[in-house]
Amino acid sequence: MLNTKTITELSEMLAAGECTSVDIVNDVLAAIDARDGQVGAYLTIDRDAALDAAKEADAARSAGRRGTLLGVPIAIKDLLNVKGQPCTCASKILEGYTAPYDATVIAKLREAGAILLGRVNMDEFAMGSSTENSALGKTSNPWNSDHVPGGSSGGSAACVAADEAVASLGSDTGGSIRQPAAFCGCVGLKPTYGMVSRYGLTAFASSLDQIGPLTKTVKDSAILLEAIAGKDSKDSTSIDAKVPKLGKNLTDDHSLAGMKLGLPKEYFVEGMDPEVEKAVRDAVEHCKSLGAEIIDVSLPHSKYAIAVYYIIATAEASANLARFDGIRYGMRLDGKNPIELYGKTRAAGFGSEVKRRVILGTYVLSSGYYDAYYLRAQKVRTLIRNDFTEAFKQCDAILSPCTPTPAYKIGEKSDDPLKMYLDDILTTSVNLAGNCGMSIPCGFSSDGLPIGLQIIGDSFKESTILKVGHAYEQTTEWHCRKPKI
Amino acid sequence: MSDANHIDVSYVANLARIALTDEETTRFQGQLDQVLEYVEQLGELDVSNVEPTAHAVPLVNVLRTDEPGVSLDHNAVIANAPAERDGQILVPKINEKF
Repeated sequence: MLNTKTITELSEMLAAGECTSVDIVNDVLAAIDARDGQVGAYLTIDRDAALDAAKEADAARSAGRRGTLLGVPIAIKDLLNVKGQPCTCASKILEGYTAPYDATVIAKLREAGAILLGRVNMDEFAMGSSTENSALGKTSNPWNSDHVPGGSSGGSAACVAADEAVASLGSDTGGSIRQPAAFCGCVGLKPTYGMVSRYGLTAFASSLDQIGPLTKTVKDSAILLEAIAGKDSKDSTSIDAKVPKLGKNLTDDHSLAGMKLGLPKEYFVEGMDPEVEKAVRDAVEHCKSLGAEIIDVSLPHSKYAIAVYYIIATAEASANLARFDGIRYGMRLDGKNPIELYGKTRAAGFGSEVKRRVILGTYVLSSGYYDAYYLRAQKVRTLIRNDFTEAFKQCDAILSPCTPTPAYKIGEKSDDPLKMYLDDILTTSVNLAGNCGMSIPCGFSSDGLPIGLQIIGDSFKESTILKVGHAYEQTTEWHCRKPKI
Repeated sequence: MSDANHIDVSYVANLARIALTDEETTRFQGQLDQVLEYVEQLGELDVSNVEPTAHAVPLVNVLRTDEPGVSLDHNAVIANAPAERDGQILVPKINEKF
């Protein structure tokens, strides 16, 4: 049952010679075979390649090589290019596409000796909050198969929660790592914008997208983030700064003495599930008992975040998705001229949510509407960012719920886009401001569904949110619970 | 903001090069009008003295040394093309005169 272990545990077992990477990959593949029929996390599984890579990792270890991720299997959200493999973005329009190169994060995982297991499901082009917008398959919440796993990184969260991977990579544009982590009861971290190279990540909204880890523990999150972070000449927005030793910095000292944690009143919103509110308020009390000082902070422009987000994200998406036109790769429906070819191909290749967002984005950027929508949204984005700047003058990190409710039922919101968008109310501000945030398990609803505590940090203060998360996690037991599948 | 929360879906879909069906046009019309009505709330704020944020981390003139690198493998790239001839991507005629 090595598939149930964490990166930290497996790395120690591998170093002590208590197991091999081939043993781990075999256990993970067996778990996928036993459980993925119900969970539906994976789109493609690289069995042979994973076993070959595991044998190589074991041989390298025998030859003296060491490394925390050496021989550890990781699942990949299917919008990251893995050379020689499909990269579908859960869309029909990328049918038949084979990635001709590795994303920078994939190259870094390979260098670290990690094993690439395969690619997991998501909302098409990362547009959605439930993974119901995948054109390629249904993913269920491992805790209750009638419920959504969240999204857009729903496969990434579900495979980790179901022990069908040791850890995974996802991407977060408005909450797409943190929200599914909250819904599935795992740890999901959105790094500061610029911390991780986006080269090889299929772009949704370029000024908001970040790649990040989904893991079973906070320490694993630190280890995986450290492995993928850093300046990359192929992404001019990646920041030239030394990557801190995030994993080693997490110690057995769980005191939060001297730490000021802010509670934003705007994040305890009307309509919030009372069980979510109680779990989060209990978590705040727990942090206080660990020595943290709790203060009230205000993020006054929070209520505008969804409106700003859906203007900026769709505008950027309409430009980014212009490349899917049936010319160079993927699906093509022929037409008598290129214009007809584009129209028919995009009509057949994109699902409803992608069409809606591309149309909305085209509209807000179009002549006559640009100032009223896009420019105004960019200005309100400044106000949202300033809110965080002011708040972080008073506190080291901010605590809030990650989502207003636990995971809802499959089909419950899929016909009402606006209702689905409003669920992102607690996560989108962090992407707009560009700072970092994570969700960690902090309880369960009476129906047995996980609840997530969001810990928000200032830009490049990942070490702070990891410290708070680690201290909370190691003195509670929520992360030890496993779904019955 | 715009005076009417109304988007001409078929016109904009054409700009976005998506050939919608009539059913989609009608369905998206209602859904997108609802979203536009929601975003109208940004009009409440006075933003006359606020600078826009295009990127969360302000970066100016990011340069690197101009050195030749390795390009993507030509065969791997062409293998993805829906139609190909002589190592090049085949597209429909763009000019009816030729």
